[in-house]
Amino acid sequence: MVHITMNGRAVEAERGSTLLEVARFYNFPIPTLCHEDGLNAYGACRLCLVEIGQPPKSKLVAACGYRVEEGLKVRTNSERVQRARRLLLELYVATCPQSKRIQDLASEYGVRQCRYEAIDGQPGAPWDPKANCIQCGLCVRICAEQMMAGAIGFAGRGKSRHVARPFGMTSEQCRQCGACLYACPVCELRCQGSTAETLLCNGCLNFSPVCFQSYNDAMCFLEPCHACELSGPFRHEVGLKVSALQSAPQKAAPSTGELK
Amino acid sequence: MGTTLAEIVYEIGGGIPNNRACKAVQTGGPSGGCIPADKFDLPVDYDSLSQAGSIMGSGGMIVMDDHTCMVDIAKYFLDFLEDESCGKCFTCRVGTQRLKEVVTRISRGQGKEEDLELLQDLSWLVREGSLCGLGQTAPNPVLSTLRYFRSEYLAHIRDRRCPAHRCRELITFEIDPVLCNGCGACVQICSGKAILGEKNKPHIITQAQCTKCGACLEICKFDAVLVH
Repeated sequence: MVHITMNGRAVEAERGSTLLEVARFYNFPIPTLCHEDGLNAYGACRLCLVEIGQPPKSKLVAACGYRVEEGLKVRTNSERVQRARRLLLELYVATCPQSKRIQDLASEYGVRQCRYEAIDGQPGAPWDPKANCIQCGLCVRICAEQMMAGAIGFAGRGKSRHVARPFGMTSEQCRQCGACLYACPVCELRCQGSTAETLLCNGCLNFSPVCFQSYNDAMCFLEPCHACELSGPFRHEVGLKVSALQSAPQKAAPSTGELK
Repeated sequence: MGTTLAEIVYEIGGGIPNNRACKAVQTGGPSGGCIPADKFDLPVDYDSLSQAGSIMGSGGMIVMDDHTCMVDIAKYFLDFLEDESCGKCFTCRVGTQRLKEVVTRISRGQGKEEDLELLQDLSWLVREGSLCGLGQTAPNPVLSTLRYFRSEYLAHIRDRRCPAHRCRELITFEIDPVLCNGCGACVQICSGKAILGEKNKPHIITQAQCTKCGACLEICKFDAVLVH
């Protein structure tokens, strides 16, 4: 066992475990976008940044890939970590404003403004798998590590880096199992649908859920947001029709080109 | 090691051509920072350079005269860094793209004063949140120019003016009718056919056709081409 200090509390951790695993075991919340149990750590989303060491010599590291060391001092919610998370999520909202997961995280971690321009000029542009991909690498890893297929991978570098099939064609390795679609953290659309007019939703901060403005169906199959939890019991009082069952917000249509 | 910047620039390098004023030295390659001329007594070593907001880096130096726009320089290096990012870390890949987007906006005269704060915040994030050295030093061109040449950024934003006459969107070329003797050299060199005029009579630049390449400015022997 290794002894470390996490948020001022002395904790024990198994040798070889990562800071993220330890933090989750002791119930310190750390948001992630590119981590999934059962897949190798990747460290691309940078959302799991935690502060290690003593200020002023402390630094931020990705918790998903950093293994515990004896005597390590870790802070998962310091001011520096919070600032990094807020600025990161602001950047994520600007990159993929259509994603419910990102909008929920932005509301939860206090993003109240998005100072960037929409990636294709207008906030209400439809979900575009190439422009809005955050390149977390989950689809690539689940395909290679769990499905043992390796039918997709990253191509290009820098700003032209993207998820691609070999030579742009579906290879024999692809069994069309859909694991890549299942793993994608951002292709579940935000409550107002993909063409909402603002970059930042912050709908979870309202008492009346924004999804009711878009869907007159109170049966929602998405993860409940704060607004749902707060206004849930009062739905009848605010005069919403629960009976009209329509289709629940769907996952965005997968790109026919890239992730097949 | 330990030699001052002034010694390198003026003694070893022989100073600035055409007796122009030196504005800044950029050290350490693309991810280094710009050190202004009033800090030229700084000895070149690891600690002093990083204290001044730059790095030793590759050891390279770019000396710039007063014809260099610092916003344009930041844009130029960001363009390089955006290409060089491998693209794995979100902060580095998207961060450098967004930094360039904001700096480009400012250089076109479309910036807002809040953009400077945004640049500071985003630079901090890219530096703190990236895995490798490229991302951690990528915001240096922005941070150092913001630190020492903030007034130049403000001139682009508030007055829509480029003090060094470099940012194409913010300058206009004109011909002084008194100084121009109508030699026709600029008419021939202009690739956009934007300069009109007869021999021995003052020429005129058609603004709509001017690409602001600066060829007429360089060829005119009578200093008749003015830049605003």
